[in-house]
Amino acid sequence: MTTLLFTRDHEWIRRDSADSTDGTIGITHYAQDQLGDIVFIELPEVGRAVVKGEEFAVIESVKAASEVYAPASGTIAAVNPALADSPALVNESAEADGWLIRLTLANPAELDGLFDADGYQAYLAELG
Amino acid sequence: MSDSDTPTGTPAGADLTDTPLTGLHRALGGRLVPFAGYAMPLQYDDGPVRGILAEHHHTRTAAGLFDVSHMGQAILTGRGVAGWLERLVPADLSELRAGRMRYTQLTTEDGGIRDDLMVARPTPHALDDWGDDALFLVVNAATKEDDFAHIAGALAGQAQLTPLPARALIALQGPQAAAVLARIAPAVAEMRFMEWRALALDGIGAWISRSGYTGEDGFEISVAADEAETVARRLLAEPEVAPIGLGARDTLRLEAGLCLYGQDIDRTISPVEAGLAWSIGRRRRREGGFPGAERILGELSDGAPRRRIGLLPEGRQPVRAGQTVEAGGQPVGRVTSGGFGPSVGRPVAMALVDAAAARTGTPLSVTGRSRAVDASVADLPFVPPRYHRG
Repeated sequence: MTTLLFTRDHEWIRRDSADSTDGTIGITHYAQDQLGDIVFIELPEVGRAVVKGEEFAVIESVKAASEVYAPASGTIAAVNPALADSPALVNESAEADGWLIRLTLANPAELDGLFDADGYQAYLAELG
Repeated sequence: MSDSDTPTGTPAGADLTDTPLTGLHRALGGRLVPFAGYAMPLQYDDGPVRGILAEHHHTRTAAGLFDVSHMGQAILTGRGVAGWLERLVPADLSELRAGRMRYTQLTTEDGGIRDDLMVARPTPHALDDWGDDALFLVVNAATKEDDFAHIAGALAGQAQLTPLPARALIALQGPQAAAVLARIAPAVAEMRFMEWRALALDGIGAWISRSGYTGEDGFEISVAADEAETVARRLLAEPEVAPIGLGARDTLRLEAGLCLYGQDIDRTISPVEAGLAWSIGRRRRREGGFPGAERILGELSDGAPRRRIGLLPEGRQPVRAGQTVEAGGQPVGRVTSGGFGPSVGRPVAMALVDAAAARTGTPLSVTGRSRAVDASVADLPFVPPRYHRG
């Protein structure tokens, strides 16, 4: 069963199952709304290793640049090819077509403690 | 994910001052953020024109309404008032005719810029309370207290500065602004760029200048605070007009090559370095008599060591204020404003660089967050101004 988890920094990671080591990662709808109109996304090279908490992408909106952090350690397996020409896809579909990277996880246990969908919604409610 | 260079990422808190239009911004879906101590709309999330890009394009194609009530308005009165203000600014104010406005700077003793401001000489009898020998000033929000103290301190009791905190300021900008405003006050059709008039808007007294901060034709409208929402709603009722936030205000002024105080100009940057020599009066160049005249007149005759330039980064990634500009691997300056230019469809920036690196077309690079971005010196503004010069 697909699992979808969320970080406090407003990234999401989706896997086909709870023990899968292949995750698709993006930013949340809330995050894209906070950023506003996105005009450029700097994505990592495929094959690069990242550690949990490391910056792996920069999203430039009209108003600011924002870093995106890896929710877990691993190796970049793919980047979303559509974002080079259409960075606004993240505004339109942050949690589906606007995915950023696919990551091969080094240690899926690093995801323990992330929010599930309900937990993330409660966290957003706390933020106001 | 985290914002790294926006000053406006947190919700407006309770310690912020409201403008007379803050309630209206909330009602219109404005995303309020702290700005210079005020709760101001970054962008609007409701209505047909929502988000910085849409608000930017709307202003360039129709008309945008901006709340700029946070800016400092004041009246300067007294005999020979222009001469007193000339002690603080390099503009020629003695030849400023009634009904005209002029852009100038309060300079420091070292020839830097304390603030930039607009100075208008009202038409005769426009300000019955103030007499005819009066000037109307508009200064920046973050600097207004300091500016007013500085100006009052220089008047030596010979002239009087009266801040006007109970007035609001509304800007109406864009190619349809004149047609819209003329429906309410037909006389505005006769005004040219940088003209100033006292007119009635549906019976409400307003001080109107044909000016703005977008590069478009438009007006800045000063009204009593308690009339501001009535005037704003009247303008917003016209089909061409949408409310516009601070985000688009910044992209519009950057494309127009206009300076933002605290970024493109500050106490270390002279008006000559900033490319504002056009605002220094001919008589003032001969006579001096303003703070920092030695440096500023020296730079006028010998050239300034640094120049404000337009910068076009290659590719799609914007460069941002504070990033280092290099030529041939050597640092030559820094980006002072940078972002995406919605109307030019690419990143645009302004930078302060050594004069040797300032010629149009010079290849430069900007040290971005993870790699260098190639860029070249470009003429300002990035979009042609559409001021109504008549």
